[in-house]
Amino acid sequence: MKKAAIGIYALLTIALMIWGFYQAMYVAPTDAMQGEIFRIIFYHVPNASVAFVFFAVSLLGSVGYLAWRRSSPERAQMADAWALAGAEVGVVFCTVVLTTGPLWGRRAWGIWWTWDARLTTTLVLWLIYVSYLLLRRFAAGPQVQTLAAVLGIFGALDVPIVYMSNRWWRTQHPAPVFGGAEGSGMAWSMTRVLLWNMLAWFCWGIFVLILRYYTERKHQQNAAAEARDALEANV
Amino acid sequence: MNSALWTHLIKDLRIEWRSKDAINSMLFFALLVVVLFSMAFDPRGTFAQQIAGGVLCVATMFASVSALNQAWAREIRHQVMDAQRMVPASGAQLFLAKVLANFLFVTIVQIVLAPVFLVMYNLNIQGQAWQLALVLPLGTWALVANGTFFAALAIRSRNRELLLPLILFPIFLPALLAMVVSTTSILTGESDPTLWIKLLVGYDIIFTTISLLLFDVIFNAE
Repeated sequence: MKKAAIGIYALLTIALMIWGFYQAMYVAPTDAMQGEIFRIIFYHVPNASVAFVFFAVSLLGSVGYLAWRRSSPERAQMADAWALAGAEVGVVFCTVVLTTGPLWGRRAWGIWWTWDARLTTTLVLWLIYVSYLLLRRFAAGPQVQTLAAVLGIFGALDVPIVYMSNRWWRTQHPAPVFGGAEGSGMAWSMTRVLLWNMLAWFCWGIFVLILRYYTERKHQQNAAAEARDALEANV
Repeated sequence: MNSALWTHLIKDLRIEWRSKDAINSMLFFALLVVVLFSMAFDPRGTFAQQIAGGVLCVATMFASVSALNQAWAREIRHQVMDAQRMVPASGAQLFLAKVLANFLFVTIVQIVLAPVFLVMYNLNIQGQAWQLALVLPLGTWALVANGTFFAALAIRSRNRELLLPLILFPIFLPALLAMVVSTTSILTGESDPTLWIKLLVGYDIIFTTISLLLFDVIFNAE
């Protein structure tokens, strides 16, 4: 039953992604200013949204772990698995953003990269979560969960400061397209396509996230079982 | 109430006074970084003025990482750290004592290094020099407070010396940016560093508070 549900969800996600691709490539009108290259927005923006949401999942997991680690260890383990899954899958999506961004920038601005507020913030965010994953790899034993949770909170606190500092420094990335000032906004024919792709990428991201979460839970349970066996064998 | 803080602080200062390990190694390391950068960038004329702030901050940063690793590694020998865990006082006092001691060491290094720096890069300060007395301590505090915290965190891992810069530098980036931009604007006198000094103050307050709150969690993590 569970397997069937996962299979159906996977099929739906693939169908959505194909539909999103069709919409992005053939249905959406060509942009008046940028031409064909603007179609990368249908990948760049959804991936960025997914990455940011998953980093938020990771932060909630870290906070949850610290809050529950004494009172209810089982819930804390679940929170920790969410923290790890969010960070890991978030890094992958963030990598996609950092790859599509320069490709777009090269055509739209004429340069691959610029040290602007949002680009730098995204890069620093990526660096912080890579260092989080490095810590999880390097530190051994049960204390790694506590250490990683603390680092996760530090990293999340750093993000708004990085953003503000870079805004004062220099800014080139376009101002928010949605809900921004006058002249912002997108034609409905494009917004529709963007929303489809957003949905498709979120479905895909959640699929990967949940798979990663279950893998980590299994890993935790195996580690706990091994530790128990080792204890009992010694008696 | 603060006797634990004083005990830790005086102990660290006394060890440093007798050995002078941290200050000597930091001083030499920072000097090396300054020389290395002048090989890499050929600082002459106005260009020296532009990059000097960045070089000074980065040199301090690299130098203090080497000392911060030692700050906790020393406590592992003879199980000092376990003894510190048993002290009936909050870990925040131990943390604050370590930060104060290391802040003092790094500041001494900066004071000794500053004249050398002025000579080797032929600097003349165009902006208001007194602002440097605000920017450098604020930036150093950000570096040392976070560095001490993450060193205590990294010491629990397999390859501790390697891990500290890897987790410290990404978090320290905004403070480094603020420190570099404000130092450069003081040296060149081209812009007003007030905004950046405010950012440093904010960064210091936020991260010192969260470090004090969470230090017990990482120090006693089992």
